Amino acid sequence: MFHKKVLFILVSLLFCISVLCAFYIGQYPISSEEFLNVLYYWVGLEQTPEILKTSESLSMILQEIRLPRILGAIIVGASLSLSGAVFQGIFVNPLVSPSILGVLSGASFGAALGMLLGESFLMIQLLAFIFGFVAVFLALMIGKTYNTSNTLLMLVLGGVISSSLFGAFLSLIKYMADPYNTLPSIVYWLMGSLSAVTLESVGVVFPWVLISTLLLIFFGKHLNLMSLGEDDALALGVDVKKVRFLMIILATLLSTLSVMLAGIIGWVGLVIPHIARFLIGSNHTTLLPFCAILGATFLVIVDTLSRNISHTEIPLGIITSLVGIPVFIFVLRYNIKRDES
Amino acid sequence: MIEVSKLSCGYGSKQILNEISFSIKAGTILSILGANGSGKSTLLKAMVGTLPYKGDIFIENKNVTQYNRKQRASLIAYVPQSSSIPFDFNVLEIVLMGRFHASSLGSLSYSKQDKEEAYLALKKVGIEDFQKRIFKNLSGGERQLVLIARALVQKSKIIIMDEPVTGLDLGNQMRLLDLISTLANDGKIVIQTTHYPDHALRVSTDVLWLQKGNILAFGTPLEVITPKRISDVYRVDSKFITHQENGIGYILPLKFNKKDI
Repeated sequence: MFHKKVLFILVSLLFCISVLCAFYIGQYPISSEEFLNVLYYWVGLEQTPEILKTSESLSMILQEIRLPRILGAIIVGASLSLSGAVFQGIFVNPLVSPSILGVLSGASFGAALGMLLGESFLMIQLLAFIFGFVAVFLALMIGKTYNTSNTLLMLVLGGVISSSLFGAFLSLIKYMADPYNTLPSIVYWLMGSLSAVTLESVGVVFPWVLISTLLLIFFGKHLNLMSLGEDDALALGVDVKKVRFLMIILATLLSTLSVMLAGIIGWVGLVIPHIARFLIGSNHTTLLPFCAILGATFLVIVDTLSRNISHTEIPLGIITSLVGIPVFIFVLRYNIKRDES
Repeated sequence: MIEVSKLSCGYGSKQILNEISFSIKAGTILSILGANGSGKSTLLKAMVGTLPYKGDIFIENKNVTQYNRKQRASLIAYVPQSSSIPFDFNVLEIVLMGRFHASSLGSLSYSKQDKEEAYLALKKVGIEDFQKRIFKNLSGGERQLVLIARALVQKSKIIIMDEPVTGLDLGNQMRLLDLISTLANDGKIVIQTTHYPDHALRVSTDVLWLQKGNILAFGTPLEVITPKRISDVYRVDSKFITHQENGIGYILPLKFNKKDI
């Protein structure tokens, strides 16, 4: 294991660089001189530069197009990674992803329902949020109906059932949707994209993400004990039922908010926590903040790629998988090798 | 100091323990013997509070249900039979978790004093140089020692161990048995399940023998552990011998008795 402080500095540095690159690189070319001028202006080192005064389009592109996207990528990347790490801890399994309790299926269904009914974008977001929670509560209820000592297994089962149910509902909506307008927009939304993110939506989501993140880090010690399994956690003094419920609510909040902003983006919630654990260990008080920064960095990079690889934008979900899978295979291999040595 | 009254317990609809009652006082080392499936681990889990039960358990004259989880962890420490943790915690992190019940809600990490106590506990079980090693990569016996260290830093009055010597080499077995005696001398209650009558004879003050969820015998080691009972329970012919120098009794198994099968 590498030194933790060094890792934090490195990942923060990488984060800053990737954000700068994301501002700089895009379909609309900006000269490095112009870019530096704008940067200086932003950090308050310089008066309003000539370019921003003269070129309307440049300020529009940087502040109204790239800024919200980058903020969106940061929030979504951090939220998904955090919620993945928390679910992995709760379920004592490093291969769990945020979708385990059906939150993503529920949110997909909600959003698709909104599109089918021709609702406004705000309403679509709201429906995604609501049904994300509905799916998780359904999973929790199903898990509760069976009276056994193995509550975790029942929760997983509840999640499987809830996911399949909302998956079926989603298929039904796709089947009913108008194949020329609604269906393509549903399909596109399911592949994930940050193109619809606005500063307003970022403003609405950000405080909630921040509060959940801080609360989760605050409960890092509890999560550590929970990740040893229910019996150990109980014996060491954790009120497992209450803490687990709170953690599930917070993790669900994070993943539904990410879905509201950007649709379904796979892999981040599984791969990033895995890499983070591999680098910095599993102590959640350090793992969670590290995970958040790493996830934000990853999605900023992926989004920059998705904007620039071709002339038309490639959906994020596709690139997270294409980038995530080789990284994951590498980490798994390395992990197994290290364990055996 | 511990009183168990009409305790029934099981998994789902299958009842394992049938209305068991007994009590023990401070300084007791209780060894629980019994064949496989007799309910030893179930009894421990009920006492630790990881399994729902019917009946009552009193600790220091107070029903355990009146304690919250953290208070319970400050009273009872538990060393499970085996532990498989899929995550990369190092040994120090695992042992520090024993201090959880004493940590305040607001603190993100454990105090320096907690870390010193973790070090001392690791030293007591002889693995103080293990601090930075990854727990899940240790051998079964090494993990067992770490979990015992974790139970020690809980500083509880009662320590419950489920087959603690399993997986330990001879040296570590003896070290553990000595440690158990020391803990009891400090006024703690130690409860262990074991498959070795010799270990019960060597360290314990009381022996509880379980059979099919009922108490077969409860008393001093010499009263309870007899060749007759060994023959009844395990179908093993044996001989009780006393070491001439240290006076410790041993059960010498002779052969498996096939007669009645």
